[in-house]
Amino acid sequence: MNPNKEADFGTPQRHSTRLVTLSIDGHSVTVPAGTSVMHAALASGIDIPKLCATDTLEAFGSCRVCLVEIENRKGYPASCTTPAEEGMKVHTQTAKLGDLRRGVMELYMSDHPADCRDHAGSGTCEMHGVAHDVGLTEVRYESGRTHLAAKVDASNPYFQFDPAKCIVCSRCVRACDDIQGTFALTVEGRAFDSRIVVSADEPFLDSECVSCGACVQACPTDALVEKSVVEMGAPDRVISTTCAYCGVGCGFRAEMKGDELVRMVPEKAAKANHGHSCVKGRFAWTYATHQDRMTKPMIRERITDPWRVVSWDEALQRAATEFRRIQDKYGRGAIGGITSSRCSNEETYLVQKMVRAAFGNNNVDTCARVCHSPTGYGLKTTIGESAGTQDFDSIDRADVIIVMGANPTDAHPVFGSRLKQRVREGMKVIVIDPRAIDLVRVPNVEAAYHLATKPGTNVAILNALAHVVVTEGLAKEAYVRERCEWPAYEAWRTFISDPAQSPEAMEAVTGVPAAQVRGAARLYAQAGNAAIYYGLGVTEHSQGSTAVMGIANLAMVTGNVGRIGVGINPLRGQNNVQGSCDMGSFPHELPGYRHIGDDVVRKQFEDDWKVTLDPEPGLRIPNMFDAAHDGSFRALYCQGEDIAQSDPNTAHVTAALRAMECVVVQDIFLNETAKYAHVFLPGTSFLEKDGTFTNSERRVSRIRKVMEPLCGMADWEVTCALSKALGYPMDYAHPSEIMDEIARLTPTFTGVSYKLIDELGSIQWPCNEAAPEGTPTMHIGEFVRGKGQFIVTEYVPTDEKVTRRYPLLMTTGRILSQYNVGAQTRRTANVAWYAEDLLEIHPHDAEDRGIRDGDAVGVASRAGETVLRARVTERVQPGVVYTTFHFPEAGSNVLTTENSDWATNCPEYKVTAVQVSRAAQPSDWQKQFQRFSDEQVGLAEQATEALAR
Amino acid sequence: MNDKHHRLVSMANQISQFFESRPTEEERVGGVADHIIRFWDPRMRKAILEHLAAGGDGLRDNARRAIERLAAAQQPA
Repeated sequence: MNPNKEADFGTPQRHSTRLVTLSIDGHSVTVPAGTSVMHAALASGIDIPKLCATDTLEAFGSCRVCLVEIENRKGYPASCTTPAEEGMKVHTQTAKLGDLRRGVMELYMSDHPADCRDHAGSGTCEMHGVAHDVGLTEVRYESGRTHLAAKVDASNPYFQFDPAKCIVCSRCVRACDDIQGTFALTVEGRAFDSRIVVSADEPFLDSECVSCGACVQACPTDALVEKSVVEMGAPDRVISTTCAYCGVGCGFRAEMKGDELVRMVPEKAAKANHGHSCVKGRFAWTYATHQDRMTKPMIRERITDPWRVVSWDEALQRAATEFRRIQDKYGRGAIGGITSSRCSNEETYLVQKMVRAAFGNNNVDTCARVCHSPTGYGLKTTIGESAGTQDFDSIDRADVIIVMGANPTDAHPVFGSRLKQRVREGMKVIVIDPRAIDLVRVPNVEAAYHLATKPGTNVAILNALAHVVVTEGLAKEAYVRERCEWPAYEAWRTFISDPAQSPEAMEAVTGVPAAQVRGAARLYAQAGNAAIYYGLGVTEHSQGSTAVMGIANLAMVTGNVGRIGVGINPLRGQNNVQGSCDMGSFPHELPGYRHIGDDVVRKQFEDDWKVTLDPEPGLRIPNMFDAAHDGSFRALYCQGEDIAQSDPNTAHVTAALRAMECVVVQDIFLNETAKYAHVFLPGTSFLEKDGTFTNSERRVSRIRKVMEPLCGMADWEVTCALSKALGYPMDYAHPSEIMDEIARLTPTFTGVSYKLIDELGSIQWPCNEAAPEGTPTMHIGEFVRGKGQFIVTEYVPTDEKVTRRYPLLMTTGRILSQYNVGAQTRRTANVAWYAEDLLEIHPHDAEDRGIRDGDAVGVASRAGETVLRARVTERVQPGVVYTTFHFPEAGSNVLTTENSDWATNCPEYKVTAVQVSRAAQPSDWQKQFQRFSDEQVGLAEQATEALAR
Repeated sequence: MNDKHHRLVSMANQISQFFESRPTEEERVGGVADHIIRFWDPRMRKAILEHLAAGGDGLRDNARRAIERLAAAQQPA
């Protein structure tokens, strides 16, 4: 048995108020009713050998190794499938059981490579451990037929399948079915001929397998094993940490061999993911040591100059000197900083502190500006807190959910899998999305309704849903009267009851048949527990904030906030979107979402930071670009964010960067923004630092350093050094001290400390005197703002309209194997699944244009033009095209415009009018991009070569 | 109208469109003015005031009144 593995109690834990007491080998054991004999024994420290059982899966009872004897019962029942009963007397070790187990194991071992543990395997094969435990010393059947010559399937870039080592216990099949919900694996044949088959007997890579790793984790032998384990051998120590990809924030065990990371294994004890993972978190971490990593500080005068590798001191002094020079010349507000949701809480906190205290202005923003800033505005306005209301576990009690503008199976895969589990258990799903995401219909999962809206009509559809609730008498007015501001509700009720908001009136706007809207509204309103999960398909619109308020209206009017199983749940795109917002990264807000203009709050920070703060809000990211164009914004510190790729209207962004006199980029790679930089400060990956991330459920989890920073300094240390060079020293010995300061100054974090996180595993804020161990469900009994506020949400059509010249609407999103701008995942083997951004187009629109699947097509918008390859699919509706933004050369954001949310300036990525036509060559922008990019890479290489000389 | 003013007028009008459905004049106009105070950097506010002083071309009526209110608040008593 691998000593690094988490404890495995064989079958899942049961929860019951009824307890039963039984005797196991003479020991009295008390467990919740429904617990298996195996779980009861193992949880009490009494070992029972097992092979087909694992506590992440329901019992299967096939391996016959876990047999026990039970007094007054015939035979030798499998302990995994036998429930513990009151008064039961169980014996796990008898001479007869020993004989039976040895007999079974002898048969298994007769068809199992004797050397799997010593040579080609991980040392983690459970077979040998069990054989040893049952006392098997010899195998007498070595001359019979075996599977030992079966061919290894090494097609998957991350793991291999060796049928010779497979015992057909079905753990992999059940993991794929029950946990991941992909149903890619099956057992084909019977008896000796039975074998594991992938999809239609295909190699793993060509199959529908999504490489989540659940099968590998479940496999008790080395039949399914990570290639890294085969190459490097078994890990010998473990460090718990948190994934750096999406907003699920999965807990992982970084399994190490010496100082090298062998594999990342999802942690069963982690409350966000309960031991499940996706292809990104589980496998796509090798970018951390990719050859493209930049590890030396560099400077240059102009962006056409070669880079010069310099010392940290020289680079930081250059940045500080330039910032001060520019402030002296153009004014205090001429510089600013941007952080990323890929940075930790401590890092983003420090950057906003440095900007406010050392820069002396509030020109600080974070990439949440371009994704979930409308969530902050909308939820703060309606319910009083800029955060989701639930934990992920809440979905176990939901009867109906709305998934709006989110694609969890691709963008939040672990939660997506859980969501599919719940659908298979009977939970109903209403999908609101222009595109037919997987949840609409895949094997074993089908949405009750798919409201296929036209892009840009979210507010209209939300109003139509609410209209049905109110006019059909489905509103929970007793709840509203008790929990919400009644006059505001009455005003909203008058607005929403107007026939102009009805599904029939809105049908022409949304494109959704009224009957479907009425059906969906009734289903949501009449569910016992109904929850809303939403993503960037809600926020990234000119009415993003209005739509968030529309969601809150709908949840409040149906009484679906303030208990488990309901709520308003923004699914955050990146791992620390919630955290970066919490940390005061917006220009108008100090940590804890308190306005910079609030004298009392500002004074608290001034006293602690020993500096006078500017009471005026600063520039938001799009405002910074505009100000760069007009000459009032001249220098930028950009930590971990790649605005040149991720922000809309690339030409506008890059022109703004060119207009600046000093761009300082801190990143692990020479990203697209760094190509416009004058100072490059190398950054660290999540594997190289300590800190915390806060996921979509407000869960603060630890990141723990598993290897030393390749560049020699942690990111927080670099920010401190820059601040010191600017004359404002910030002294901390460890990131835990930064968190202590955050806790001291932020009411919702008062109780948070590294010590408490270590004790509890993770903490959901608010964590303070009222909730010393955190708050899984918010707004119980009362909204954070006191009374919930209904807001009138008039539908205002976007200015981005289709015309004869641009007759299609483009919307953008993500795909499972790639992440955000792709800087990380493009540098992993995930490109095996998705190596370029594609344009999805409906067959009708393709046919009209003579476009076939795979053709190069020109996509033109009012902002620019690029060329992508077409994927002809009915996933998108006629009139709508879709693409992703993972590859810089694709230039998806060359097309998107500066239209933005009215309240927050969050860009309207989801609605761009375009024309699509066949193309024979890259666009002018792409040619120019390639030239510039090659030139910049060359300039960086010159610096490295100069250093080597 | 230059690009900068065009952008700010567009933003002010968007804000205005949201608040125009509010029931009282105070909420309609005050909502826009308050939003601009709370979320716009001072140079953006200065620019929209300059645009107003130059005639306020393109501003929706409600937005114009909100910015007039901001302008009045800047005048010495």
